[in-house]
Amino acid sequence: MNVGPERIAIFTGHFGSGKTELAINYSMAAAARGDKTVIVDLDIVNPFFRTTEKKDVLEEQGIKVISPNFAGTGLDIPSLSAQIYSVFQKRDHKVIFDVGGDDIGATALGTFYPYFKEEDYRVYYVINVRRPLSSNEQDIIDMIESIQANSRLGVSHLINNSNISYETTICDLLDGQAIVEKISMKINRPIAYISGMPEVLKGLPVEIRTKAFPLNIFMRPPWA
Amino acid sequence: MTKVLMKGNEAIAEAAIQAGCRYFFGYPITPQNEIPAYMAKMLPKVGGSFIQAESEVSAINMVYGAAGAGARVMTSSSSPGISLKQEGISYIIGAELPCLIVNIVRGGPGLGGIQPAQSDYFQAVKGGGHGDYHMVVLAPASIQEMVDLVMDGFDIADRYRNPVMVLGDGMLGQMMEPVEFKERDIVLPEKPWATTGNKDGEPRRIINSLFIDAQALEDHVHKLYRKYEEMKKNETRVECYNCQDAEIIIVAYGTTARIAKNVIQMAAQEGINLGLIRPITLWPFPDDTIDRWAEADHTKAFLTLEMSMGQMVEDVKLSVNGKKPVYFYGRTGGMVPTPRAVLEEIKKIREVM
Repeated sequence: MNVGPERIAIFTGHFGSGKTELAINYSMAAAARGDKTVIVDLDIVNPFFRTTEKKDVLEEQGIKVISPNFAGTGLDIPSLSAQIYSVFQKRDHKVIFDVGGDDIGATALGTFYPYFKEEDYRVYYVINVRRPLSSNEQDIIDMIESIQANSRLGVSHLINNSNISYETTICDLLDGQAIVEKISMKINRPIAYISGMPEVLKGLPVEIRTKAFPLNIFMRPPWA
Repeated sequence: MTKVLMKGNEAIAEAAIQAGCRYFFGYPITPQNEIPAYMAKMLPKVGGSFIQAESEVSAINMVYGAAGAGARVMTSSSSPGISLKQEGISYIIGAELPCLIVNIVRGGPGLGGIQPAQSDYFQAVKGGGHGDYHMVVLAPASIQEMVDLVMDGFDIADRYRNPVMVLGDGMLGQMMEPVEFKERDIVLPEKPWATTGNKDGEPRRIINSLFIDAQALEDHVHKLYRKYEEMKKNETRVECYNCQDAEIIIVAYGTTARIAKNVIQMAAQEGINLGLIRPITLWPFPDDTIDRWAEADHTKAFLTLEMSMGQMVEDVKLSVNGKKPVYFYGRTGGMVPTPRAVLEEIKKIREVM
């Protein structure tokens, strides 16, 4: 899997599409190839199962984690840290934004629009067609438009992350691919990655295998 | 139907809509906000109504009103919000109305925290409200089971004209798992008691929980208790896992039952044979099943595993009735027990057994 050339990678998507797993894995890949890496947890929607919970694992890889104030403390206060502004100063760092789900989560991103427009960034839109309310072309395009409006940023690349967790098969991913390809044609944005568990990705046809983004799963319930 | 990936809270909401629920009244609180959010988005699309009330007290009384008019209706909240709803729940039971109440439990007492807990067991099964009452309390342990129990819950509520509670916790509400929505024929029962407007020549229909005359109230409560006896007979649900030949049987529901299954696998690798009794209904409690396993020679002890300081353990002790020792292990305040810590506890019990 090739980390993109952009300085700032922003992961947006439908609620529960897998943004956090992708953002963490993308950060790990960037750090592994030697980039100075920062991950910004911008999720003001989820009370748990969030990037900040994996702070120790990320820091072990040399990745700096910037979290909302009070994230993971049990305080349910959507307050963003002023530290976020530092990522626009340190221009030698690769920065990954993990944004909260849906248009509501993307609102937090809008605040930084004046900074982003001076930057080299990509906005990835993560799609899981096995999620309710994002299972067809029109619902997904509607959500992309709402997220663009709230974040004031245009989606630049699509990611097919279609899955049903531990029961995922290649059929889920390929059903997703068919829909994501249609969306890609319609809104004229490329598909950057097809992501999933390594054993599922093995089933990808050769012609699209270069887009494979194998995932190591970090968000698990305590018994798994 | 193909499976979809859902958060527990979303699955509850979708299951309710598919079960024919068209009215939701609630007030937001973490960690169950995805339920009202989903209902707010979806109910208007299927001809239903979502109202964010000005408080939990108001929401439960809207449920009371809609249930009285014969609607399939629900509300959801988390611990402090459910506390506020207790008065309404007692009224709804007194007035014999069906509805579904979901509690996605967080740590308490007081405002507590937003992390998962099971410390509302007493409130759910012993009655947090006033008066002689019971309601069926369903405790799912997976997202699929949440879907199935929500759908069943509405039917159980209608069958007895009594509220049903689904008791989950923040972990089950927030985690994601694959689920399937099986096709079901939704047949809403006739409700000849519902207050839908007085028609010519029909006797007036009255929804009421006030009985001024003591004898009348006693008669009414006796009538309710005949329904509770029927519920005990027909609605008790329990899963027994690996109990055959088990030396220690863990009793756990919901999230802690998932943990217990991991403990059982870990213990098996070390040659320790453990079982699990998982109450699916917390009321009626599966006391007969527990009693049966307490009678078995191979069962040396029980361990009740909870995310609380020990609440269900009292019902387990009553069911075991002194036949075997009953131990307890729990974490509280939003802490989730690790399989390793539970196994260590089991080993300690084996040393003194």
